[in-house]
Amino acid sequence: MTSELYQIGTFAAGNRLLEEDQRTIQSSRDRGNAITSGHRACRGCGEALAARVVLDAAQRTAGGRMVTVNATGCLEVFSTPYPESAWQVAWLHSLFGNAAAVASGVAAALRATGRDDIRVVAQAGDGGTVDIGLGCLSGMFERNDDVLFICYDNQGYMNTGVQRSGATPPAASTANTRPLGGSVGNSFGTGKSLPQIAMAHEIPYVATATVADLHDLEAKVVKAMGINGARYLHLLVPCPLGWGTQSAETVRIARLAVRSGLFPVFEAEHGTVTGVTPIRQPVPVEDYLRPQTRFAHLFRGEGRPEVVAALQERADRYIARFGLLEGEPDEAAPKDEVRT
Amino acid sequence: MRRQVEGSKAVAETVARCRPTVVAAYPISPQTHIVERLSELVTVGELTSCEYLMVESEFGALSACIGASAAGARTYTATASQGLLFMAEALPNASGLGLPIVMTVANRAIGAPINIWNDHSDALSQRDSGWVQLFASSNQEAVDLHVQAFVLAEQMSLPVMVCMDGFVLTHAMEEIDVPEQDDVDAFLPAFRPRQWLDPDHPVTIGAMVGPDAYTEVKYLMAQRQRRTLDALAEVADRFRGAFGRDSGGLLRPYRTDDAEVVLVVMGSVWGTAADAVDQLRADGVRAGVLGVTCYRPWPGDALHDALSGIANAVVVNRAVATGPGGVLGQDVHVCAPTGTAVREVVMGLGGRPVTRAGLVDLVCDVLDGWEPAGVLDYRDLDERVAQRELAREEALP
Repeated sequence: MTSELYQIGTFAAGNRLLEEDQRTIQSSRDRGNAITSGHRACRGCGEALAARVVLDAAQRTAGGRMVTVNATGCLEVFSTPYPESAWQVAWLHSLFGNAAAVASGVAAALRATGRDDIRVVAQAGDGGTVDIGLGCLSGMFERNDDVLFICYDNQGYMNTGVQRSGATPPAASTANTRPLGGSVGNSFGTGKSLPQIAMAHEIPYVATATVADLHDLEAKVVKAMGINGARYLHLLVPCPLGWGTQSAETVRIARLAVRSGLFPVFEAEHGTVTGVTPIRQPVPVEDYLRPQTRFAHLFRGEGRPEVVAALQERADRYIARFGLLEGEPDEAAPKDEVRT
Repeated sequence: MRRQVEGSKAVAETVARCRPTVVAAYPISPQTHIVERLSELVTVGELTSCEYLMVESEFGALSACIGASAAGARTYTATASQGLLFMAEALPNASGLGLPIVMTVANRAIGAPINIWNDHSDALSQRDSGWVQLFASSNQEAVDLHVQAFVLAEQMSLPVMVCMDGFVLTHAMEEIDVPEQDDVDAFLPAFRPRQWLDPDHPVTIGAMVGPDAYTEVKYLMAQRQRRTLDALAEVADRFRGAFGRDSGGLLRPYRTDDAEVVLVVMGSVWGTAADAVDQLRADGVRAGVLGVTCYRPWPGDALHDALSGIANAVVVNRAVATGPGGVLGQDVHVCAPTGTAVREVVMGLGGRPVTRAGLVDLVCDVLDGWEPAGVLDYRDLDERVAQRELAREEALP
């Protein structure tokens, strides 16, 4: 019963039902508070929520011996309007596309000067990760530099006014993929899966998570911080502004993304999937799409049922490939058809 | 110790004696011999307590240096040409954050057309990046400038670019006095960063600054650049005292005192120009050469003083500009005394040799009343080819 209540209950209620040692760092009174309140994120910002949970957990796991590197993007802008700063951790922002390389440099400096007890966490949005930052990130991966890289994926360039990125899903309406004329919005057959690209580097640890399951998110941060070398966490963080959702709906939308199968939650070590979070209560993709105005064109008037069906096929392929209903990957599932 | 050594190797060994703790580099001709030698020195343990990062691009190289420097490491990188352009976004970031990174630029032309040979187009394109830009007149000066660059960078908390002509210097074998470890240690104190990423005393580095404060930040940076001119002169003085050599400083004048014509040059052309001046002087022509060692920050006052009383200055630009004159030439025009006639030529683009004979002819022509064609004269242009192609273009419908 308790686990069921946890699945559908609030974070705080679920937390109280756990044993002391299983409770989250975030719910403890002496959490680090890496990013303080008073920053300028939008109401309901998934990225702000995730950043707090990630960095508090990382800082605790590192015993306070942690420094952070941030790419340009929403998180950087809303947290550091000079002369204010929301950060209570050592924090460095350089450029949009270089967070991974900057973090590699930080890690090298700490190693060279005998301070490698200090851990390095780099963070970026999906644009700074999958698009403009991919070269530097791939370099950090292949050198196996001792950096935990966090991608807060809100599936578009939200800071610049909601344009399409390489992480924007098919059929989404963004400022430059408007569903005008016969267009479906963002094209099918585009985009990339950074977790799978990361896995192809065979780095020690890759995981995905969302703000809908903060226990899982924290556990993965703690696990990642316990490993040396290049590690990658890809986090789905709904953006009320860019997705057109209610600010109180952020967690629910993220949960629907997982339950629909469109965002597989899994872990991989050295290129092999080692754990999958099963979908206990599956929903059709329509349940996830309908509350978001970026998909409203799929349901307006007569709607675009063929597009919704294509998205459902995409979800079904993910479900089969990662074994999301069984909780283990299906080795026989076709691997070259994941892209819709 | 003086010995026969390639310029690149001498620079690499000097950099190693400056004890950098992080080196991040990406290979590009003609910089490669420098970073190859450094990687060897790290591998064999001659350069200890140093991490050598083999990065995926020049953008990654400078970015890694930015992170390393902000984490309190003495950092070094080297590049050239397209590599410097690929770093372009990170260059003002390093200077804006006040990170004392030292970088060698093995000067090379930029494409298109692709060309791996020497001119100054690469470094001059980054004129306003906020980096100190020093130009070596010889391999000995290139070596010495690196020692001074670390001192200056860390004293002023600014990044410093040491420019040495690609191939002409980097690949030249000659007798060079590579500073000894003890002497470098005595001259270059241990790095104490002004601020660094410290978990015990967390700071926010790289915040967003809006219209309310951006101007003041930029103004203060410019003021620090100005103070750098004084600091650079002091470091060169100290270097002379410690090593017994004239290297660095703002300008390198040679036989300019009573000169009628002074060639204003940067980089290794200084040596060729000095030979030309010796030949001209032997023939009774009062010629001199003024090398610009510190290009940024621009030593305008020093240049004004150096040209005072000199009737003719001829600037040898080793880069093309589409504005009213050459890149170096425009700065000289603005700062020259009113009594000095400034003429500009472009020479030596993309590795075309600038010869002693060519410079002797240039000085003689100026004294014979020759004037440049337009604001910028392509002195070593093959007129036959140029006119043929222009005619062909004009004939097009």
